[in-house]
Amino acid sequence: MSGHDHGDDGVSRRKVLECMTWAGTGVLWTITGGVPRSLGIIDSAQAATPAAPGMTFLQISDSHVGFDKPANPNALGTLEEAVNKINAMPAKPSFMIHTGDITHLSKAAEFDNADRIISQSKLDVHYVPGEHDFLDEEVKFYRERYGRGTKGAGWYSFDAGGVHFIGLVNVVDLKAGGLGNLGAEQLAWLEDDLRGKSKSTPVVLFAHIPLWTVYPEWGWGTEDGGRALEYVKGFGSVTVLNGHIHQVMQKVEGNVTFHTARSTAFPQPAPGAALSPGPMKVEDAKLRSMLGVASINFKQNEQRLAIIDTPIQG
Amino acid sequence: MKTLNRRDFGVDLGLALAAAVLLPATTARADDMEVHIDNFVFQPAELTIKVGTTVSWTNRDDIPHTVVSAGKFRSKTLDTDDKFTFTFTNAGDYKYFCSLHPHMTGMIKVE
Repeated sequence: MSGHDHGDDGVSRRKVLECMTWAGTGVLWTITGGVPRSLGIIDSAQAATPAAPGMTFLQISDSHVGFDKPANPNALGTLEEAVNKINAMPAKPSFMIHTGDITHLSKAAEFDNADRIISQSKLDVHYVPGEHDFLDEEVKFYRERYGRGTKGAGWYSFDAGGVHFIGLVNVVDLKAGGLGNLGAEQLAWLEDDLRGKSKSTPVVLFAHIPLWTVYPEWGWGTEDGGRALEYVKGFGSVTVLNGHIHQVMQKVEGNVTFHTARSTAFPQPAPGAALSPGPMKVEDAKLRSMLGVASINFKQNEQRLAIIDTPIQG
Repeated sequence: MKTLNRRDFGVDLGLALAAAVLLPATTARADDMEVHIDNFVFQPAELTIKVGTTVSWTNRDDIPHTVVSAGKFRSKTLDTDDKFTFTFTNAGDYKYFCSLHPHMTGMIKVE
């Protein structure tokens, strides 16, 4: 990203115009089903052909290892298929993020099985927990495995390929009647973590429950997610990656791209399309087209990260 | 731990019948009340009971839930068909929710 693009507020007129063009094409609210790519954002990112190959990382989510109900009697099996898919990718990604619900019931054996399969990717994996990962009596299995070097319930940040990654936890201390929750301590840490960062640094926020309000009737949103987004307001490129809702959804708002990934275990209905957000039983032949992973590519001088959603099959 | 109560001891039909014969009517299990969790909803969402009543919650979803009333009671994670019971010994309004899906709320009014 060249320096002159940024005014005092870090957002150039050109970039605002780009975003407005985007809004004009009506892709602000996009729901895709069974489509191997998410939308215009990919094409526009690929149309520009910068010299640098960029960095690619993967997002995997909601593996729910241990789930064995009719919507998918073998969630471990489909996780393995997803990992095989990753291993077959022509270019090896730099690393992977897992946006939570690794297990279904936080049993030690479920964590062990998940790790046995995911490690077959031979990639570094950066995890954040889902609510299904904190269900053991002492709430220790996730922390023992993935909490080292993290703060609070498991939040942390790291840098890779010129991008600043921030893993947040919004699944603990939930309040009756409310949504996902970050809490004051984590928000203070986030503000501090971003302090002093150049506004041209691309930022990726990842957390289990969507940080944006997708459908509050089903709890699909984060009570204080707006506070987190305020802290990244001035940054030229912000990408928010979430899971939890087991379907691809995308929204672009100013410099922020919101994206949710498929599950590798079972699909969930579109907002309001069923009585509840519970596991959705689909025809066996259709299941694998509704499960999958996301691949995210960052290129220098590109404002937006390109996201490609790949189903396990189809 | 689940609250241990008469209901747990009386699960066996034979025992329950014996109890019905041997114990005075005031201890009959008919006072016990049930709440079901279906489609991420506590049903009934509001229940009015008398002091001493035992309420059981059964999760009939394919997703685990919990039953939590701040400072009053807290179930373990209830997988499909798991049950939690609590005996209310004091009058009052007990608001509760699922700590995993906090949009799920309910209320037990104890008179």
